[in-house]
This record gives sequence, C-alpha cells and structure tokens, in this order.
Amino acid sequence: MDLILQGLGEAASRLVSLDPDVREATSAALAVSGIATALSVATGVPAGAWLGLSRFRGRKLLLSLVNTGMGLPPVVVGLFVAVLVWRSGPFGGLDWYCTRQAMVAAQYLLAAPTVVGLTAIAIQAIDPMLHLQLSALGATRIQMLGILVREARLPILTAAMAGFGAVISEIGASLMVGCNIKGDTRILTTAIALDTSKGEFGSAFALAFILLLLVFAVNAVTTWAQQRRRPL
Amino acid sequence: MAAIIEATDLIVSRGGREVVHVPRIDIEEGETLALLGPNGAGKSTLVFALASLLPASGELRFRGEVVRDHVAYRRRIAVAFQRPLLLDRSVLDNVALGLELRGVPRLERERRAQEALTRIGVGNLGRRPAWALSGGEAQRVSIARSLAVRPEVLFLDEPFGGLDAPTRESAIADLGNAVRVDGLTTVLVTHDRDEALSLADRVAVLIDGRVRQADRAEIVFAMPADPDVAAFVGVENILPARVASSDDELTHLELGQRVLEVTATAPPGEEFPLVGIPPDDVIIARVAPATSARNTFEGRIVRVEPIGRRVRVVLDCGFPLVAHVTHRSARELGLHAGDDIVASFKATVPHLLPRHRRN
Repeated sequence: MDLILQGLGEAASRLVSLDPDVREATSAALAVSGIATALSVATGVPAGAWLGLSRFRGRKLLLSLVNTGMGLPPVVVGLFVAVLVWRSGPFGGLDWYCTRQAMVAAQYLLAAPTVVGLTAIAIQAIDPMLHLQLSALGATRIQMLGILVREARLPILTAAMAGFGAVISEIGASLMVGCNIKGDTRILTTAIALDTSKGEFGSAFALAFILLLLVFAVNAVTTWAQQRRRPL
Repeated sequence: MAAIIEATDLIVSRGGREVVHVPRIDIEEGETLALLGPNGAGKSTLVFALASLLPASGELRFRGEVVRDHVAYRRRIAVAFQRPLLLDRSVLDNVALGLELRGVPRLERERRAQEALTRIGVGNLGRRPAWALSGGEAQRVSIARSLAVRPEVLFLDEPFGGLDAPTRESAIADLGNAVRVDGLTTVLVTHDRDEALSLADRVAVLIDGRVRQADRAEIVFAMPADPDVAAFVGVENILPARVASSDDELTHLELGQRVLEVTATAPPGEEFPLVGIPPDDVIIARVAPATSARNTFEGRIVRVEPIGRRVRVVLDCGFPLVAHVTHRSARELGLHAGDDIVASFKATVPHLLPRHRRN
C-alpha cells in the first residue's frame, strides 16, 4: 500500500512540476499517434466511404479483411513493419528502424482498418433513399460521396477516435519498431513499461495518469458524438 | 402541347421479374399527370425510371433528345420523395442543396431557397435545423428543395402520404398554387383519388406495373377502361349484364330479372359487358321520386356503414348496388339495414366495360 501511495505522491509532483521525461513521452505519444491517426483518417475515410457505397464482386471479402484488420495484434504489426524497415529489409534504405516514422507506419496499419471499417458501416447506415434523393438533386458520384461523409461525420468522428484510442494505448508495435529511445521514440506506453520494470512507480503512475486522461478525452468526444440528436 | 418526356418500351425488372412495363408514356409540357394506382402497382418505380434514377431498358427522351448524360438530365428535373430525406443542416441549406450541387453562388442560392420556402408556405423556417421540423413542415421543405432548382419537370412521389388530413389538404393547396403559377410540368404519384382529381390534368392508372388507362382525369373517373381501373377509381358497382336491345338513344341491359336503360353503348361485339355505376351517382329515396332518371328500382338496405365523410349503403335491388350518401342524408332519411327504399340513377350514369381486359 505504501508503495502505491508513494508512487501516487511522486506522480503528482512530477505532473505539477512538468517533469521533462513525462513531457517528452507525452508529446512523442501525441505526435506519433496523432500523425498515424490523421493519415488513417485521410486515407481511411474515402476508402471506407467508397467501400460503403460501392457494389462490386469481392466487396464482402474486402470488408471481411478490413474487419480482421481491426483486430490485428500490435506485436504482429510490429514484427511486420520491423522486417520491412530492417536494414536488409525491402525498405531498409529509408533507415526508419528505431525512428518515429516506423512507429507512425506501424500505428497507421493498426488504426487504418478501424477507420475504414467504421466509416464503411457509417455510410451503409445512411438511409439508401438519401442516395437516391442526392442523385435526383443532380449530385455526381464525388459530390454524393462528400455529402454522405459529411452526413455521417459523427460516426466517422467516432471511427477516428476509435483509431486514435487503439494506437495511443498500444505498446507492442511501437516498442518493436521504435526501440524506446529516450527523448525520441519513447512514448507513454513504452515509458510506463520501462519505468515499471525498473521499479520507478512514481514516474509510471504519472505517465499512466496522462494516458488515462487521453483515453478519457477520446471516449468523452465519442460519447458526445453518439448522443447528439439525429437528423430526420 | 408537345411532349417534354417520352418513354418507349420502358421496362424495369427485379429478380428476373418485370415490375414495370410501359410500352409508351408521354408527359406533355405544362401538364400535371397523376400516376394513380394501388400500393405495389409500380408507380414509384415508374417515376424513378422516368427520372433516370433506376436502371431501366427502353428509350427515354427529354425534349426530343435521348437521355444519355443522366446527371445532366437530373439537373433539369426534380424529385420529391415520400419521406422528406433532409440532411443534418439548416432548412435553408437543405433547400439550397440542389443549387449548391449545380455550383450556384451562395448568396444567389440562399435567395432562391428562401423564395421557394415562401412559395410553399414555410418562409419562416429557413434558419431552423432540419431535425427540429414537424413531419408536415419537413415535407414542405422537401418540396421547396425541389422547386428551388426551377426544374423543367417536377416528380412528386406521394409527398403527402404520411401527413394528417388537414396538413395534407393545406400542403396540396400550396403545391397546387405553386405548380399552376409557373405552369410547371408535374408528375404526381398517388393512390389517393381525391388528390389526383384536385391536382391532375391527366391521370394514368397503373396496375401490376402496366398503364391500364391514361386520359383526362374526368374521363378516367367517369369511363374507366376496364374492371380493375373501375374498381380502383371508386366505381364499386361493376355488374355483369347482357345487352337485350339497343336503339339510337338507349341500350337496354338485363341484370338478372331487372332491366337497365343506359345511354352508353357496349364495347363492339360485347354481348355480355360489365356495367359500372359510380356509387356517388345513385340516389336513395323512401318513395319513388318523380324525376327524369330512367332507372328506378325498389330494394332493401343490406348494410349501412360510415366511410370517412360519407356513408356507404349496400342495397339489394334484385342485383347488388352500392350508394354513397352524406351523413346528413343518412340521418334525415333514417337509413337502417332491412329498410325498404327506392334507388335511382340516370341513364347517362352507367359506363359499359369489356368483360375481359384487352391488352
């Protein structure tokens, strides 16, 4: 019990004093997960909207693959990306191993299927008669896609938040491809794991508190989006 | 009038079955055509095909040109659906949507959207979010959205179906005004005969995906082409008859032991036609009235049942006959089942139909 109380006390002091280690890990986590999520949204929303709107042979198989991707184990993604960016790997020339770029790539692969899959579901959930109404109003396919994405913006925001929530909390892939370098690739989760292994519970608690705060913020936004009044 | 839309051999299939098959339908410029038919007759499907919203075989021409660029065609027409289908935006933005898609600048599209809202009687709703509207308001906004693009043809797919009677009547009146003022070509889908009569110049009756009759509204209602159309347009009395004789003025028809005198002539070669008598044209009295009506029959009331604003009286006059009277008449005459009465109608009332539908 003393250990926990001591840890909580140290966490409080580190947070109040804006401890440099805590600050660096937080900003690195936000940067890596933020960029990975932004890339997932930029590519995943159009892809998900297209998947939700299109009818073609193999669409169900593609959706199944995307859904499988939503449950990818981070260590498997970490292994896959590590092999790709390994010095002798196909992208070894990029020299990304143990860099934030590799972490972003790994987190992108973790977040993108979630964004694609949930966007496709959000678009499919829109009344099919609305597609017909938009066609009747003279919308081109691109215009229709834009309007439907805007119409499904709240569930799509939920998709983005789910993607961010998934990557900000993961550790396996980031540890494997980022190498947990202090001041560079050390993020909240990898720092918590390291501090815990060293018995530095105060620092671990402080980082865990920030991580929880971020996860709470994500869920708060998602809940707000879900509870908003629906249109006609 | 010239046809603004001409469709030839229009076929829409679903699951290998033809749900609509229309050899030819023309929509004249400036007319209001009501597509009338029972639920599931294919009215909406036909409208969607005419609006190029569904894959259909056949040829669709707009102002004489075959429709090839579907988006360009849709930008010259407008469709209002059964449900308002508004977006999660303000009312004004919803009404301006069609104009936005056509690249009309914001100020101009807002001005036109506001104008359309005012014309349809909801000019005060522009700033409200769409989700805050009542059903009637939302449907008017949906129609305003269609009017805002100034379409050359307006398709209305039962736009008043879900509204209560007073809201519906007022919405129909406002729409009727808006359409008449512009002389806008309109195709109205409805299964409501009164709605068709109050708005349409021409009526096309669609049954089982086929247009059974297309003509001026008063002709379709007075002289339905076949028994199905007759039944749908409210001619409840469709009775098998035999032509006993005919002269220059009248045809004599046998209905069981009774003889009817009618001015209509039987379809060529039809000795056993069906005779259609609209229930609204049957007069009920306690004693035989001294009138010019050529057909007067003593009978007995079988059943009296209220149907909305009227009372349906089922009679046995040696043949079954249905009459519609007002509640007031039913009260004043004290109509009850089992009462003896006299039913009469003029020789000009019955309409003769072929016994079997001719394709």
